Amino acid sequence: MKAAVLQFPGSNCDRDMFTALKKAGADVSMVWHKDAELPEGVDIVGVPGGFSYGDYLRCGAIAANSPVLASLKKHVERGGYAFGICNGFQVLTEARLLPGALLRNAGLKYICKTTPLEVATTDSPYTSAYTQGQHIGIPIAHHDGNFTADEDTLDMLEGEGRVAFRYLDNPNGSKRDIAGILSENRRVLGMMPHPERAAEPAHGNEDGKAFFTSLVDALVSA
Amino acid sequence: MKARVFVMLKTGVLDPQGAAVQHALGALGFDGVNEVRQGKVIELDLADGTSEETIAEMCEKLLANTVIESYRIELL
Repeated sequence: MKAAVLQFPGSNCDRDMFTALKKAGADVSMVWHKDAELPEGVDIVGVPGGFSYGDYLRCGAIAANSPVLASLKKHVERGGYAFGICNGFQVLTEARLLPGALLRNAGLKYICKTTPLEVATTDSPYTSAYTQGQHIGIPIAHHDGNFTADEDTLDMLEGEGRVAFRYLDNPNGSKRDIAGILSENRRVLGMMPHPERAAEPAHGNEDGKAFFTSLVDALVSA
Repeated sequence: MKARVFVMLKTGVLDPQGAAVQHALGALGFDGVNEVRQGKVIELDLADGTSEETIAEMCEKLLANTVIESYRIELL
């Protein structure tokens, strides 16, 4: 299984994502934002957290229009897998690869803490190694993680079982406690919490490890 | 030529920053501030003859996120 992690000026979770994917067994490469093409044969692309292009204008807005995103869109159109964590989720919504948008946290504060989540569906390549309704603790670290979408879109996401994770103790005002969502074909995921920061014993929490093992299992058997 | 683009959160989209400003105005003793909405003003210095359609395209593609924001163009 070949994975690629995108790097923008201002990305700061790229190494963590690289390491988590590698430890789960993926063959991982880094891709610079100016690269117009993804490496040959890439199965899955990770869009990491951080502050791409300084998050100028809006979080993820400039990155969503960068050269590498054009190739990511083609990859997704071909049925390729992609996931965005934190700023990566913002980039994927700005690029319209996922519905909705991330607003400033309702309490206006930057929040950095481990937060309890519920696994809302196990029917995805990212969550199959969890159990339905499982409670896990995953770190969040964001200022703009308040997920919003119009009511019809929220109903659609819930109706199609496309909410991947929910906050048990909504920290940022997200509509319907949504922490992570899936695309229509369930191959693209975006979430604000950071599973890559809870993926090995040294992190003091391994609740995020199953995210990466799910992924590698799904793609190796695919 | 110059143009000014006003970007605002759509009606109904929560504006926590506007709410905080409203609260602060109340704390300063300004009564009767019913609501505050905070947005952005973007000034563009453009080649003469740039059409309003082109500016609208800039708004749609980058300057505003039309999922949550509306925009208004003013030619100066």
